[in-house]
Amino acid sequence: MVDSLQYTPQITLEFPIGEKDFFMAGESASRVKKTLQQLGLKQDIIRRVAIIIYEAAMNVAIHASHGLLTVHIDPESISIQTDDKGVGIPDIELAMREGYSTAPYEAQEMGFGAGMGLPNMKQCSDELSLDTKVGKGTTLKAKVYFISKEHPG
Amino acid sequence: MPQYFHSVTLDVDKCKGCTNCIKRCPMEAIRVHDGKATIMEERCIDCGECIRCCPNHAKIALTDTIKKLSEYKYNIALPAPSFFAQFKENENINDILKAFLRIGFDEVFEVALAAEIVAYIVHRQLANKKLKKPLFSSACPAVLRLMQIKFPDLLRQVTHVLTPMEVAARIAKVEAAKKTNIAYDDIGAFFISPCAAKVTEMKQPMTTKHSAVNGVIGANLIYKDIVKNLGKGLANNKKDNEDSEELHKATKNGMAWGYLTGESKNIDFGTTLAVSEIHNVISLLEEIERGELKNVDFIELQACTAGCVGGPLNIQNNFVGRVHLRNLIGQCGAKPAHYAEKELLTMYEKGHFESTEPIRPNAIMTLDKDVSKALIKMEHLDQLTDELPGLDCGACGSPNCRALAEDIIRGIAFETDCVIKLRDRVKTLAEEIFELARIIPPAMADNSKKEKKK
Repeated sequence: MVDSLQYTPQITLEFPIGEKDFFMAGESASRVKKTLQQLGLKQDIIRRVAIIIYEAAMNVAIHASHGLLTVHIDPESISIQTDDKGVGIPDIELAMREGYSTAPYEAQEMGFGAGMGLPNMKQCSDELSLDTKVGKGTTLKAKVYFISKEHPG
Repeated sequence: MPQYFHSVTLDVDKCKGCTNCIKRCPMEAIRVHDGKATIMEERCIDCGECIRCCPNHAKIALTDTIKKLSEYKYNIALPAPSFFAQFKENENINDILKAFLRIGFDEVFEVALAAEIVAYIVHRQLANKKLKKPLFSSACPAVLRLMQIKFPDLLRQVTHVLTPMEVAARIAKVEAAKKTNIAYDDIGAFFISPCAAKVTEMKQPMTTKHSAVNGVIGANLIYKDIVKNLGKGLANNKKDNEDSEELHKATKNGMAWGYLTGESKNIDFGTTLAVSEIHNVISLLEEIERGELKNVDFIELQACTAGCVGGPLNIQNNFVGRVHLRNLIGQCGAKPAHYAEKELLTMYEKGHFESTEPIRPNAIMTLDKDVSKALIKMEHLDQLTDELPGLDCGACGSPNCRALAEDIIRGIAFETDCVIKLRDRVKTLAEEIFELARIIPPAMADNSKKEKKK
């Protein structure tokens, strides 16, 4: 058996997301949720993480051609990352504004793309960063600590 | 009383150890070991899925029988709205109610009548209080137990009101005590139930300390007695004057609680949503947990397909039952509600029938109390899952490969429980034996070589 003092346990979950793969967002969020419940994390943490994962995966499905969602869990925090190949975000400040959406018509028709994704994710995470190249793609990183540092959301 | 009581239990003699139930259970709460199914008590929510799918009828619901009436001086039957769906449309509701008096009950009180009160209270709560929406129905105990385990974060949004069963028992017993001068505790209230979950709810209530219901009788156990006594005069002369009495006091609003959408229509507030069947309920709750569905005020959730008419203890097919109930409701016409608006308002304002206990989360899925230790187990779990064949065949007795891996981690199963893994082990072993068989002790002559030399 491994010695828990010297060894840092960690798990990584990966979910590839295809273009317009709207189902993967929900599925990945519920699978991660189940994992976090088994780890015995607080309800509030689980709720926030589920929202971030869902919104992040949805953004890839709506805006990019394809991407990868990676969820990394260690004893102190959970990191969520999406790397996608896609259009990129020309104006991050605008994208962070509530209600602003560039989602295509078909996605909006399905009830997605209300322009709440990024602001919602920011509210749920302790750290959020975006690295984007227009015409190439976007990398989004979000982090939630298990012992929260005075979280506003 | 043990930590967990469950109505859903196993008839060991009938169980053939097949794996149908383990696959259908939404909580992954059943394992087959030593040729018999076992229910993991802490996970079971009494939804009755296993009762429905067992080909050998080995899953049963423990309910009370009519014999329990002898324990009380005065007995009241509380038929669920869905009970009436078991009868043909040419029957009449009043006659069905009278049959309860003929088989030994002293009084009958429709749960539909209490449902109308509950609807009024919920409507008021939605209109007056600043509550986080959507608000969830508290009527289906199987759904509430599901939420305790899988959706603890949403428990705050469950309406703070007792179930129609509970409300009916309280009103009926108080009124009967006044009318007859018999002590409250000597009065027995018996719910005529479409489901097992209500039995568990009576014994271990979630929203109140003690249930006022004294017994829960399965619709399947009482149906025959009622059918035999339809359209007959009362056996007991003493009750003759009641023969002409109109017992049916509920309106179509309360009666419609028997099938899906009845409850939300009765509550009649803003946007409502009604979902039935436990797996559908789970996927809807997952969506809500992620913060979707912001503009819905009230959600009716029912563990059984088509609502209570689909209860596992009912006789009639759920869809046929729904039609029967609709037709019977048609007989109600547009009669006025039994309780005046003023009475209902008093009940609401005085907080009668509000739930007194918070519904507590039940964190049984956790691998370990310590996050680091749980993570180590999770790593191990992921590794084990990868090594298993992923067939999800169920031959090991766990519902799928992931569940077997979890069982191994929890120490209740072994890797060799997997037939594919076992086969691999046997193959390796056979190869080793074969290798060993070829080794010849040095003192012995190798016959094969000798033969070659010749």
